[in-house]
Amino acid sequence: MNEAFRAGIAAEMSPVGTLDRREAVPALVGDPQDWLIVAGLAGTARDTAALCEPEANYFACAGVMGGAVAMGLGLALARPDRSVLVLTGDGELLMNVGSLATVAILNPPNLSIVCVDNGHYGETGYQKSHTSLGVDLAVMASGAGIPAVRSVSGPDEIEVAGRLLREANGVSFVLLKVTPDAGPPAIRRSLDAALAKDRFRAATLPPA
Amino acid sequence: MADWQEDLYQVLKEFEVSQVSYVPDAGHRVLIDRSLADPEMHSVPLTTEEEGIAMLGGAHLGGARGVAAMQSSGIGNCVNMFSLVKNGLFPMLVLVSMRGDFGEGNPWQMPMGQAVEPVMQAMGFVTMRIDRPDEVESAMRAACTMVFKSGQAVGVLLTQKLIGAKAF
Repeated sequence: MNEAFRAGIAAEMSPVGTLDRREAVPALVGDPQDWLIVAGLAGTARDTAALCEPEANYFACAGVMGGAVAMGLGLALARPDRSVLVLTGDGELLMNVGSLATVAILNPPNLSIVCVDNGHYGETGYQKSHTSLGVDLAVMASGAGIPAVRSVSGPDEIEVAGRLLREANGVSFVLLKVTPDAGPPAIRRSLDAALAKDRFRAATLPPA
Repeated sequence: MADWQEDLYQVLKEFEVSQVSYVPDAGHRVLIDRSLADPEMHSVPLTTEEEGIAMLGGAHLGGARGVAAMQSSGIGNCVNMFSLVKNGLFPMLVLVSMRGDFGEGNPWQMPMGQAVEPVMQAMGFVTMRIDRPDEVESAMRAACTMVFKSGQAVGVLLTQKLIGAKAF
């Protein structure tokens, strides 16, 4: 009954990713010291911590959802001398997909966005997200007006996408299609927001 | 009405605010227009107010100061994002043009208007109400000092006594 109204009937429209995020994220980002990084919560908070430690050039929105892109925007506007990378997941970005529109109309040249898309809410039991059910965040990024957009589903596409992130003269967006079968790296460190904030500022702000 | 809005903008300039985020509202008309015309100010229209809270968190990470301007209804869109402010001890200045307040003529505005102060206080903000034009400059200076010198989260409520009640 009511089959027509159930979520999930379009599942075949979205082939699930096959990349292993533990290899694909580091390959795409390159030297993490080239960036100031804002991460989303859950998976990308761990991807980023594993990538950047022991350096403190990252801040993870480790417990609040939907703010990573906007936070990257504020940081990019504040630090025109540095390249800013937002590394977030499909669930986090879906919560505030309008933020793609906000960054697109400003189009800061030093802001790059990576969405690590495993098509699932990994932290809450791997329920399918909308990107498993037909929603394409790369198309939404293009529709928002972001000028440089690429979707990556195979290892041979990573190098070109990495160059796009580094060389685009405006906001760039890469959708990294990863498998839900391999989770993010395990980390053992505090993601406390106040500690992370003070640590980030001490490590990255120029001396007053 | 425009005079106190000019005072408000000048205090923000005095405190070296360089980012303004907003969802447009008539109560912030001068702030929005001034910020758009000011080459030293990043003037950022949002799709929803909570983006502004995250954006100003990012501004602080980068050593910049900002203000989030919104109508009272926008506070409702920000509540969970205030967790970032409270948990991370981020300085945060929010300017709220009130509806659902003194003399409101639109019942849809009442629930959120009346909830602004208890909601903000529950999420760790100090709230200040400004009722009169001659209070704006000193209240804004007080709020900016608390935010940018003491690292607090402060909500400044521009009440309908100040901006005028709407009968629609």
